[in-house]
Amino acid sequence: MTQWLDEIGEEEDIVISTRVRVARNLSKYKFPEYMSISESDNLTDDVLNRVKKEESDEYKFKRLRDLNKLEQRVYVEDHLISPSILKNENIGSFLLRKDEKATIMINEEDHLRIQTLFPGLNLEKAWELCSSIDDFLEEELKYAYDSDLGYLTACPTNVGTGLRASVMLHLPCVSMTGSISVIIEGLRKIGLTARGLYGEGSEALGFLYQISNQITLGDTEEEIINKLDKVVHQILTRERNTRKYLTSNRLVEMENKVYRSLGILKYSRILSSTEAMEHLSNIRMGETMNILKNKELSSAIKLMIDIQPANIQKKLNKEMNSKERDIERARMMREFTLGVEV
Amino acid sequence: MRCESCGKNEAKFHYTKIFNGNIEEKHLCESCAVNDYDFDFDFENHFSMNKLFTGLIDSSVENNKEEINLKCEKCGQTYSEFKSKGKFGCDECYITFKDKLDPLIKGLHGHNHHKGKIPKHSSNHIFLKREKDILKKDLEDAIKEERFEKAAILRDKLKGISSKLEEIKE
Repeated sequence: MTQWLDEIGEEEDIVISTRVRVARNLSKYKFPEYMSISESDNLTDDVLNRVKKEESDEYKFKRLRDLNKLEQRVYVEDHLISPSILKNENIGSFLLRKDEKATIMINEEDHLRIQTLFPGLNLEKAWELCSSIDDFLEEELKYAYDSDLGYLTACPTNVGTGLRASVMLHLPCVSMTGSISVIIEGLRKIGLTARGLYGEGSEALGFLYQISNQITLGDTEEEIINKLDKVVHQILTRERNTRKYLTSNRLVEMENKVYRSLGILKYSRILSSTEAMEHLSNIRMGETMNILKNKELSSAIKLMIDIQPANIQKKLNKEMNSKERDIERARMMREFTLGVEV
Repeated sequence: MRCESCGKNEAKFHYTKIFNGNIEEKHLCESCAVNDYDFDFDFENHFSMNKLFTGLIDSSVENNKEEINLKCEKCGQTYSEFKSKGKFGCDECYITFKDKLDPLIKGLHGHNHHKGKIPKHSSNHIFLKREKDILKKDLEDAIKEERFEKAAILRDKLKGISSKLEEIKE
């Protein structure tokens, strides 16, 4: 799984991934919350008919009601669908492109959520792909659109462009030195926001933050993308400078932190996902600060997804309670540390 | 004291609202208070962002009975439902509640005009003409049925489309 993380991305020492999504609705139907199951099935058919005409080989189609809970969770943990689509289990479905770079979610909060996902920092490419899928669908599906307000969405926070662009960053050093709170405050003032790994309401596990635009109306898509790109570059500089400062002024403390985490991952027999994330985050930081060596920089990040509850169960193909998962997680970590050179 | 809504249970929640010098008091039991808009004090941690921002709607627009009875014809959502949920039921809600939306949209985005992408179809001449025909018919219906508020909205839309068509011709 997590095929989308296979390539090496730009700025990969800090940027994990780039995601862009647009919200679209068809004027023919009520919004998902007000739809009956049969209406939603008709809408799903409309979308499928459009996709089948030209791109049917590119996508695989899944209805949520045909998947079990575990399979659903795996898609969420892999960031291929949003957690909130699971609330619409009866009507929700999605089309996933074979390379996992794009998902068309049907009947989430809006009729369509077109999402593209790239490793590293890649806002322009992600937007281009997203916009082209949008154009393709729009050729035959009539969107709800108003000349003043733009694309009409179920929630007024998405109206206009319907665009949410977000970049996932690993920011251990600005977090440790406390300047992250200044950054978050600053982001707010310019219409951007920072959230944890799994979106709204989730905490910043493993010092991973998603930075995204909050405002969707009034700026063009390109303006939104450019602003986010500029701000992310500033944050990158700040994190890199802090890493440099800590390497030259606090090396022993940093080594201590990284080696302790390595020790825990190497010898633990039971590990919760929160604890594992925390230590994996330190390992990755150690790799980028040249304290540790690893052939593949992204492996710690991939592991952060692989150790999530549903992914572990899927890998072993059985249901497991939390203790069984914690034991398996510790085993995976021991395996991982074999590839890390001190 | 008994709950003034159901009259059965004891009133445990007491609330005094002073707005523009008018004093309003409410005394409700727990189950009635949960369903009361004024008592939205996050009883079960259901704090919703949407409720927070729908507060923007009322801040500058005064309510009257007619507004509260406003109901979207396509999806059936009423204005008060929209206010408590903060979500639209369909694209027509944007027309039905249009007069109320400006403070909300501006408050959220700082703007009220979309500058970005336009669906290729709606910049297409034929598509616009088709829209114009549909709007014309809707306008006639609205006038026949004496729904003048809706007619005024439709008329404005029609004007907008006509001028766009002119632009394309030029």
